[in-house]
Amino acid sequence: MRRRLAPYLLVLPGGLWLAVFFVVPTVVMLSFSLMQGDVVSGFRLTWHWQNYTDALSAYDDQLIRSLVYGLFATAACIVLAYPVAYWIAFRGGARKTTYLFLILLPFFVSFVLRTFSWKFLLADDGIVLSPLKDAGLLPQDFHVIATGFAVVAGLTYNYLPFMVLPIYVALERVDPAMIEAAQDLYASPAQAFARVVFPLSLPGVFAGVLMTFVPVSADYVNSTVLGGTNNTMIGNIIQNLYLVNTDYPEAAALSFTLMAILLVGIFLYARALGTEDVLEVAAR
Amino acid sequence: MNTDPALLRGLTGRRDALRLLGLAGAGLGLAACGVKGQKAAPPKQNDVQKYWAGKTKNGHVDFANWPLYMDKERTPLKDFTKATGITVTYREVIQDDPSWFGKIQPQLQAGQSIGYDLMVVTNGVEFTKLVELGYLVPLDHSKLPNFTKNVAPTYTKESFDPGNVYSIPYATGMTGIAYDPKKTGREITSIQDLWDPKFKGKVGMMSDVQEIGNFGMFAIGVDPEKSTPADWKKAAAKLQEQKDKGIVRKYFEQDYIDALTRGDVWLTMAWSGDIFQQNLSEKSDLRFVIPSEGATIWTDNLMIPKTAQNPVDAIMLMDFLYQPAIAANLAEFISYVTPVPGAQAVITADAAKATGSDKKDLQTLATSPLVFPSATDYAKLRHYRALTPAEEKDYNAVFQQITAG
Repeated sequence: MRRRLAPYLLVLPGGLWLAVFFVVPTVVMLSFSLMQGDVVSGFRLTWHWQNYTDALSAYDDQLIRSLVYGLFATAACIVLAYPVAYWIAFRGGARKTTYLFLILLPFFVSFVLRTFSWKFLLADDGIVLSPLKDAGLLPQDFHVIATGFAVVAGLTYNYLPFMVLPIYVALERVDPAMIEAAQDLYASPAQAFARVVFPLSLPGVFAGVLMTFVPVSADYVNSTVLGGTNNTMIGNIIQNLYLVNTDYPEAAALSFTLMAILLVGIFLYARALGTEDVLEVAAR
Repeated sequence: MNTDPALLRGLTGRRDALRLLGLAGAGLGLAACGVKGQKAAPPKQNDVQKYWAGKTKNGHVDFANWPLYMDKERTPLKDFTKATGITVTYREVIQDDPSWFGKIQPQLQAGQSIGYDLMVVTNGVEFTKLVELGYLVPLDHSKLPNFTKNVAPTYTKESFDPGNVYSIPYATGMTGIAYDPKKTGREITSIQDLWDPKFKGKVGMMSDVQEIGNFGMFAIGVDPEKSTPADWKKAAAKLQEQKDKGIVRKYFEQDYIDALTRGDVWLTMAWSGDIFQQNLSEKSDLRFVIPSEGATIWTDNLMIPKTAQNPVDAIMLMDFLYQPAIAANLAEFISYVTPVPGAQAVITADAAKATGSDKKDLQTLATSPLVFPSATDYAKLRHYRALTPAEEKDYNAVFQQITAG
């Protein structure tokens, strides 16, 4: 009898934790998304599905923009991270841990602080742009801050390590004997990479995409600090609706819309990659 | 007796999914009754006595305020501790009214302490909500002798809290235009300068819906306090035009001063005291102007949340800040308009005693129209429009379309 209970007892603490801090809030938020009212007179559950259509029609621009920024930043992360991870995994030698530590080093400084320092470096009359302008290399009204480019660059910079690490882990696991085998079968180095190493590293890329695309699409700090008048992301809108307008129903509706889009997107992406079980891959 | 395979598979079986649905249903049931609002009745005469009866001094007070709203040494608080023996924990936790309200509202609704006995909130939508929800302690004026004696009369009949039932001013200030004359190349005098295509990409506006809405209304010649929903739409169209032409660089929260100093913007909506402080501390030459069309005046108010643990100590501190010498000390640092006119004489006297650059700074302060506005300045100043919760929703929708690009 005790043996039979043991697995349930083991799963109980974690299960309760998730039930209390994930399932219950999610359900409460779901019901909020169907309410009507305001803070002073109270909110009532009226199954007001219109919250969803209202939120979508008011903020579709920001929603699409967030996904586009997310795609650009994730793609930039892959392009930047893959060579770095490859180099550390295959050419890092004895200093691998040092290089990995260097990748993580920026994390020891608050990311808000790091993003703010960009603002000073790239100010219109700052230390980077003003010499270039004086030399006539850039027009006087050129600016980097307050553009979509600045926001995507900031996102890429902040989430790069989340892409490097999983790719590194995947590449690290590739058995050198496999590459040798490919070469024994007369594969050129490029072919060995394309046919052997790259496919084996895809689970790492997948995990990296999961860990960057989702938080990047919901990020609101970078667009606050580096954005201008037309770079607001959906995270800013949700934060604003919750904390500034105290319009909980619309904020909840928008949160669920974003969540649904991200989940569907991730599953489609998993299908496209041909992975049979998303969770299995993510767990690797 | 093997382990149950269903458990190993995880939540894949139909039965488990049904169970999860059941749990979800329970949660929905919890939330189905809705979340009650608590609109409070206006206070009756005996509410004041009822609240304050039996309350005693505890020897400590927790004070929540905005950044840069007191000198680094917290001199007024040290003086207060010396005079009364009450210790003060001072935290600069309020960044803006809406997010502060969003933070404390759930705790106040649950009747829990928010950790502070005294806080500073601007007149406006959140102030109205705090009053309507009954989250504020009605003040016992017999405990406020310095306030009664020293406050400027205009602050006792402000429309958002006539008779100071719930609040007394901490400081007041104006929202106008700040600019760097070296960059703009001319004096700025009018709201219309914010729409000048010559300053394309170099104009800063505020993201706060009330502030930006007010300026949009000044631009179309409407007094914000008397505006109608139709005016809001017209003002929003005017602001949209400014944005579409690329004139606006950014909708700022608090960080417009840095942008102005760095040259990212040349002219921007600004609060009066910020510019004065920046010029003093950085020796910069920024200007602040009350535009010819008008500007808004707002009041940051001291108030006691209803769940305060040390209300008696809090009200003693409120009153202490109304001694002219203490008010002068505060004004010398924060450079906003002080509600205590007697402070001007104290600052002038301080200036006479001081030497060197301190003397000059204090003289500038005592004669500055930003700290002690003239009668002509006051004539150009307008108040915020009070918004009911229903109006607020429309108002937010109209103006957030602009700031949320």
